[in-house]
Amino acid sequence: MITSYGIIKKNSAIVNGKVYLKGNQTESFTSFIKKIYNKLETDYPKFYKMDNLSKLGFLTSELLLSNKNMSKNYLEVEIGLVFSNHSSSLDTDKKFYSTIKSYEQYFPSPAVFVYTLPNIMMGEICIRNKFRGENAFFIMEKFDPKFIIQYSQNLINTGKIKCCISGWVELFSDNYESVLFLLEKKAYTEYTKIFKLENIIRQYKGE
Amino acid sequence: MKDSVYFVSDNIISSLGFTSEENIKCLKSDSTGIKLIDNQELYNQPFYGSLVDTYGIDSRFSQFSNPSNYTRFEKLIILSICDALKNSDIDVRSDKTIVILSTTKGNIELLNTRYSGKIEKKRAHLWKAAEVIQRFFNNPNTPIVISNACISGVLAIIVGAHFVKSKQYDNIIISGADVITEFIVAGFQSFQSLCDGPCKPFDINRNGLSLGEGSGTIILSNNQNNYFNNDAVLFAGGSTGNDANHISGPSRTGEGLFTAVKKTIEEAKNIGISKVDHISAHGTATPYNDEMEAIVFDRANLSDVPISSLKGFWGHTLGAAGIIESVAAVHSLKGGFMIKTLGMDKLGVSKNITVVDKYTEQSLNSCLKTSSGFGGCNAAVLFSKAQGLK
Repeated sequence: MITSYGIIKKNSAIVNGKVYLKGNQTESFTSFIKKIYNKLETDYPKFYKMDNLSKLGFLTSELLLSNKNMSKNYLEVEIGLVFSNHSSSLDTDKKFYSTIKSYEQYFPSPAVFVYTLPNIMMGEICIRNKFRGENAFFIMEKFDPKFIIQYSQNLINTGKIKCCISGWVELFSDNYESVLFLLEKKAYTEYTKIFKLENIIRQYKGE
Repeated sequence: MKDSVYFVSDNIISSLGFTSEENIKCLKSDSTGIKLIDNQELYNQPFYGSLVDTYGIDSRFSQFSNPSNYTRFEKLIILSICDALKNSDIDVRSDKTIVILSTTKGNIELLNTRYSGKIEKKRAHLWKAAEVIQRFFNNPNTPIVISNACISGVLAIIVGAHFVKSKQYDNIIISGADVITEFIVAGFQSFQSLCDGPCKPFDINRNGLSLGEGSGTIILSNNQNNYFNNDAVLFAGGSTGNDANHISGPSRTGEGLFTAVKKTIEEAKNIGISKVDHISAHGTATPYNDEMEAIVFDRANLSDVPISSLKGFWGHTLGAAGIIESVAAVHSLKGGFMIKTLGMDKLGVSKNITVVDKYTEQSLNSCLKTSSGFGGCNAAVLFSKAQGLK
């Protein structure tokens, strides 16, 4: 069951169906993501070193975890991440290419190169929260929530993990969209809300 | 054995040859494919690596289609799948067959400003490259693409086994590849992780990895009627774990890999840690990776189990590594042999692990394959002979 979710798309950040923050229509990704960071009062200097894709995934996970106490209900190894997107890390790949443009301007940067893999954002989220369970990153033309949930649910059903943060984190130049769900086996308090996938997807698509 | 996942067929394409057999023959005779590469298009200085013969690729590919309509990455994958299919009766056009691709950078070369070929840039998108491959084979299912750093290959096998076990597909064609490009060489060079000679896994003087390119394919199937016999190799378990420690270096204590190994053994209920006969390690020959693996094998009570790293033959083939090294592991089980850890002269890790130091013939029932990558990710899989599961 989905017990929490976060969406960041079109200058709007949503947590569990409610608008958390709305940016200006013309606002850049960099400006909007920083506003979310500030509003969440996240004190995490490593955030500034991340590439844009990692920043997006990281803050979407912060949003959906903002009302959850993960360490109370789970061991570190019981929490997994299953992510997907369209462009892999091509946004940062292009930046890395620009550092090796010509033999005269040849300054490849390890700080950029390390982000030329899409799963690095899962690594960042794992470091931040001490999540040590399963990881998987899939590249797809379009978001396939059924596939991602089915795969994550199977990891839970076979006992490899007990909960999973799953979804889609896509960014290429100024276009970005992310939606992440927290999948759990059970609701831990009587106040825990359960969200329907169809409703989340409808909201995510802006219908 | 119902609900089992069988290894049906495989292929390896590398500097050592275009079939599994050609490659295994070289592994058995300690011959490496790593050499000094002097190619300005890849790097402004010579470096040690392992490249696939370009003429060999194109001459073989022209039997199937025009080599100039496909990228090097696509050709490596297609040739590898074709060869694996040739040795099996799997119907690639069936809707019960799906392709899983494993790669880190795919067609990244298309985004190089110096790229002069005619292939559309869109194929730098991994799903698009996968679509090209799907169309080549007329397979009806959208391929699954896994890009999870250097564990991509092992993870692809885990995902493939999941598809068989959950009865979504009968046959899974798992293929992985990566190509040595200017992008890759510059990146690893900037990390100062390349060695100054052929790499030396687990050796006291190891000082970095050798890059490699290639492709590999594994076909998995659920069909016990066709594939069950005592020598058949099965997927017994597989898992991943994250270090939650650092994005570009392994955890000193190997938390993520330890978790992956532990959960893999738990899944393979009939085997247990004491029945693991052989380990095919990641063994990249960077100081930190090999030390971390030694700590994990020691922690997991596996320090007496013979360990091979094959990086001294092929270099680190990134998205292909987990696949081609697993193919070699399956051949080791079937043929009853262990490959020498080429490049290791004197053990140089803090734990007293057992590294295979010469080609050894010995009957084996199970083999653990591990891998680790950037982002703190780690994966393990256990392969077993059907006989060993009784």
